[in-house]
Amino acid sequence: MARLTPENVELAHRIIARYPRPKSATIPLCHLAQEQDGWLTDEAMVHVAELVGCTPAEVLGTASFYEMFKRHETGRYCLNVCTNISCQLLGGEELLEHAEQVLGVRPGGTTSDGMFTLEDVECIAACTEAPAVQVNYRYFHRLGPDDLDQLITDLRSGALDDVVPHHGTLGRVHQDLDGDRIANITPPEAQTEPVWIRRHRELAESNDGGAS
Amino acid sequence: MIGTTTPAMPTAPGVPAIVSSRFGVADGHTLEGYRSSGSYEGYSALRAVLEMSPSAASEIVKDASLLGRGGAGFPAGIKWGFCPADVWPRYIVVNGDESEPGTYKDRVLMERDPHQLIEGCLIAAYAIGAAQVFLYVRGEMAHAQERIAAALNEAYAAGLVGRNILGTDFSVDIVLHWGAGAYIVGEETALIESLEGNRGMPRLKPPFFPAAKGVYLAPTIVNNVETLSNLPWLFSHSVEEYRSVGTDSSPGTRLIALSGHVENPGIFEVAQGTTTFRELFESELYGNGIRAGHELKMFIPGGASAPWFFPEQVDLPLEGRVVGGAGSMLGSGAVVVMDETTDAVRACLRLVRFFARESCGKCTPCREGTTWEEKILQRILDGHGRPSDLELLLDVADNISPGPYPVASDPANDLDAVPYPPRQTTICPLGPSSVAPITSAIRRFRHEFEDKIVQRDLIPVEGVSVDV
Repeated sequence: MARLTPENVELAHRIIARYPRPKSATIPLCHLAQEQDGWLTDEAMVHVAELVGCTPAEVLGTASFYEMFKRHETGRYCLNVCTNISCQLLGGEELLEHAEQVLGVRPGGTTSDGMFTLEDVECIAACTEAPAVQVNYRYFHRLGPDDLDQLITDLRSGALDDVVPHHGTLGRVHQDLDGDRIANITPPEAQTEPVWIRRHRELAESNDGGAS
Repeated sequence: MIGTTTPAMPTAPGVPAIVSSRFGVADGHTLEGYRSSGSYEGYSALRAVLEMSPSAASEIVKDASLLGRGGAGFPAGIKWGFCPADVWPRYIVVNGDESEPGTYKDRVLMERDPHQLIEGCLIAAYAIGAAQVFLYVRGEMAHAQERIAAALNEAYAAGLVGRNILGTDFSVDIVLHWGAGAYIVGEETALIESLEGNRGMPRLKPPFFPAAKGVYLAPTIVNNVETLSNLPWLFSHSVEEYRSVGTDSSPGTRLIALSGHVENPGIFEVAQGTTTFRELFESELYGNGIRAGHELKMFIPGGASAPWFFPEQVDLPLEGRVVGGAGSMLGSGAVVVMDETTDAVRACLRLVRFFARESCGKCTPCREGTTWEEKILQRILDGHGRPSDLELLLDVADNISPGPYPVASDPANDLDAVPYPPRQTTICPLGPSSVAPITSAIRRFRHEFEDKIVQRDLIPVEGVSVDV
């Protein structure tokens, strides 16, 4: 486990091709590695560095800034309870406390069966649906303690397998952009004035010339 | 309870649904649905724009006075004009890193109407001459990423994005990029750092104004998702029609996420400038009243970074300048209502804790200051507060944002408002934002803090008498 698989390396090259400079693909490639392994391993970061052309320390420097990248193994499900203001007002903190008691872990902890990692997260943009919870970045709205118990039961039993993928998976639909589809992605140095801009500029200049 | 997005409610009579017209349409997110539903025909505005010159398109945006919907409220057309002439390439970065507490509109726009955003990107790219558009979606929004990816795939296949769009010489690529969880990346220079594969730390302005030196140090326009989502309606209608909604200084509509202690929390598209907070809270169309049996204590008019308003301010309109003059900001369209059951200290701590956790650590006053603000508030809440703590808090706050901090007026105590914006000793406004809940809460509810700062019982020592 750890370096990207051959299929993921191919996907990585397609992602890199979408950016004028390869290093811009660092975060998407770290996500790819996390999707593969469930967390971001040292070996994966070394591989990402090779692919985007920087040092492993630079990849670690970037990855360690962002809280979605997990530097250690997590549970099968990351249960993220929002406790920010809109959710706090409607019981988000009490819901987190309930989750702590039910799961027997504090925020950041993983249950001994490896099923759940509990997190106390900042606003997840579901403020009108408070209190809100994300499980592996899938939303669950307006949850009371009983609803949370049911959610945990359903996750354990596999009843939500279609809805909630394993940790690390974000969008299950990917942008299909490579080869022939790409219109104009080159390093900034290679770019010139866009043709439609030039056409309109020349048109305006010749009109001005005609008028004067 | 599985999270499907709540559709926006109908707009008020006479107010067009400029950005929310497909929220309730089941297939509004598909190309077919985008073309056949909503308040305009999808991609017809793009056809119209391709007939005009890029500068004419920019003029329309300027004339419409389309204000940025991300928080600062700067006119988009003027922002576009800041790109230095004849410097190529230019890039567009779409700011979809919505994370301001209370804000919930860009996610709905991306999930419910991704083609509207894509069309908006294309119009902007044509107008400024962009080489490429980066659509930066917040990492946690997996579903929004899926919807945008699917919409981009459809649009590319239909010849609407990519090479020779609709058979013209206009070519541009739109690339979906996704983040990994950092509030500060919503700041435009931090967004650019993040897009370049770095830690999301803001850059110093000057010299790094994005319009001059942005992504890869090329001129870059960073626009919010909602700002760009306004363009298709604007270009399939007219400047006059756009300006007939709202007021002269704040035309058009805004998406407002109304959350907290109201009967009917939700996302509403309201006319800017004319709608008041009272209407928003009480109208059956919107909040339908503060929750039964309770009364308004305070509210946040524009996201966690905005100073609080109180019952005296409910009749103010949702108008940037008016709200700014009254000591707060409209920000990102997040209105959070708190009734009398809310503990001001606890709410203040929660907001401050957010800024402490999300501080990127680049500037000392913010990195150290927000951390101390959190610690001091936590000990006050825990009953370990010291009598000097309130002055200490205000002093720490003053080191992040010196001088009088924006705050609402308090007629009962004969205190005037301090207008927005705050001053700052930091590169970006995150640190100063942490001061908003502190000054708002201490000025208005000082007694709530003092009640929690209790004298500890003395331990009796034999032979020593203490006068208490």
